[in-house]
Amino acid sequence: MKIAVCIKRVPDSETRVKIAADGKSLDAAGVKFVLNPYDEFAVEEALRRKETAGAGEVAVICLGPAAAQETIRTALAMGADRGVLLQADKIPADPFETAKVIAAELNSTSWDLILFGRMAIDDYNTQVGTLVAELLGLPCVTAVSHLDLEGTKGVAEREIEGGIEVVDFPLPAVLTTDKGLNEPRYPALKGIMAAKKKPLEVKPVQPGVGALEVAALTPPPERKEGKIVGEGAGAVGELVRLLREEAKVL
Amino acid sequence: MTTLAVLEQRDGTLRKISHEVVTAAQRLGGAVEAVVCATGPVQGADQLGKFGADKVVTLTNPAFARYAPEACAQALAERAKQGGYRTIVFGATATGKDLAPRVAAQLGVGVAEDLTDLAADGGGLVVTRPVYAGKALLKVKVAAQPAVVSLRPNVFTPVERPKAGTAETVAVNVAAGRVTVREIKAAPAGTLDVAEAQIIISGGRGLKEPANFKVLEELARAFGGQAAVGASRAVVDAGWRAHADQVGQTGKTVSPSLYIAVGISGAIQHLAGMRTSKVIVAINKDKDAPIFKVADYGVVGDLFEIVPKLTEEIRKLHG
Repeated sequence: MKIAVCIKRVPDSETRVKIAADGKSLDAAGVKFVLNPYDEFAVEEALRRKETAGAGEVAVICLGPAAAQETIRTALAMGADRGVLLQADKIPADPFETAKVIAAELNSTSWDLILFGRMAIDDYNTQVGTLVAELLGLPCVTAVSHLDLEGTKGVAEREIEGGIEVVDFPLPAVLTTDKGLNEPRYPALKGIMAAKKKPLEVKPVQPGVGALEVAALTPPPERKEGKIVGEGAGAVGELVRLLREEAKVL
Repeated sequence: MTTLAVLEQRDGTLRKISHEVVTAAQRLGGAVEAVVCATGPVQGADQLGKFGADKVVTLTNPAFARYAPEACAQALAERAKQGGYRTIVFGATATGKDLAPRVAAQLGVGVAEDLTDLAADGGGLVVTRPVYAGKALLKVKVAAQPAVVSLRPNVFTPVERPKAGTAETVAVNVAAGRVTVREIKAAPAGTLDVAEAQIIISGGRGLKEPANFKVLEELARAFGGQAAVGASRAVVDAGWRAHADQVGQTGKTVSPSLYIAVGISGAIQHLAGMRTSKVIVAINKDKDAPIFKVADYGVVGDLFEIVPKLTEEIRKLHG
């Protein structure tokens, strides 16, 4: 099986967000960057599918700055075979431009499966996988939390409000992976050593500007100072009164 | 200029997000055309004039019995191309997140996703979306024509602005699609999804063991069917609760009217999923727990004493 996994380098979710001097971006100084957690499910799934098939290739593709080589190495250490860095200093604010760059790269090879994480935890976009599928004319299932593949047929499950959708689709396809699909492995020392020698191709790209422009990045409005109503069950009466009379939610 | 508001239905009944989508579309000024893909008449669609829809269009095809991603996308993209709409508004629900980028790509644009605010700005739009786990807000100018956006559920409170809306039903021809929903495994009857509930009572490790969630379920029941029980990542990872109930970065993002966090310390991943809730109550034995920093009201102490007392008080109110 020939599988492409598209990954992203993102700030760790514990990062303290400091806004850069331009007022439009994250101040990256001192920020720890990691492989997007949802992409870990994608890498893991690709590795398992290749292992089950007994043959094939898992290629990792990442749009990002030079430092994203490190992120690709993490996926290689988990067991992916090779990496491609689509190198650009900035990731476009318009996800359609990101999708175009990734689709152009994917288009050069024929894949059985193309995987993305369901969401990037930095910009909270959930669309790049779907946009790429549309650009490539491939079927797409998003937020997959369970997957069965047999030959060129797939059955996926995805969580919706109040239930689970069971979806049939043909391969090749683009899938975006959700929590629950698998338990991603940690790179072992042997994998980390091996990853250093795996091929990592760097291709400079110039994404378009697109139609979305960042106007400002600001801290969220402070929630108004909360109050401790009291201690223990004795405070419940006052809590209910406040919820009714002050917050007016009861 | 007209805004196209994309509604959502399941089994022939309009979903709640539809009112929010129409309400937000109405804010942009100009006419609002609401559109829904269905097999026939949709229950509740005739009420949308109440929320400001000038016209409700039902696109019908037998393929729309269940969510048909490719067929719906085709039908909506074709409608969008004909109509010359300035903005197309979706709800950022499980379905909307899947559908919006398909339609957008066919129109040659990206989606401004998961918005908590939007406003017209000259010929374009200015939108706000939470990023970095809710620790920052990104303000984005959308120059795309049309602008395709999706709204965070439960943020845009439906407002009644009655209009004498018209209705139209159009049978559409669409390709069957390669991706098909075979079935929907529904959650047990009577369980409300956390993503849709107006009141959420979430539990964390402070509950001590899975069986103790019954104290939260009793409280939820006391609210008379408007409340859902959510969970922190820790207890989902421990297998105490289903992932469908998880609130937070690797779970659901919720914005209920009332969020009650019980025995949850308030890790950043959890706050990412609930900080846009309107009113937050925290019940925790540790007075220094970070959850108290985002809570409007806090009660410090033993949840096994506090929650049953609260259940009793709520029952009295709903008596």
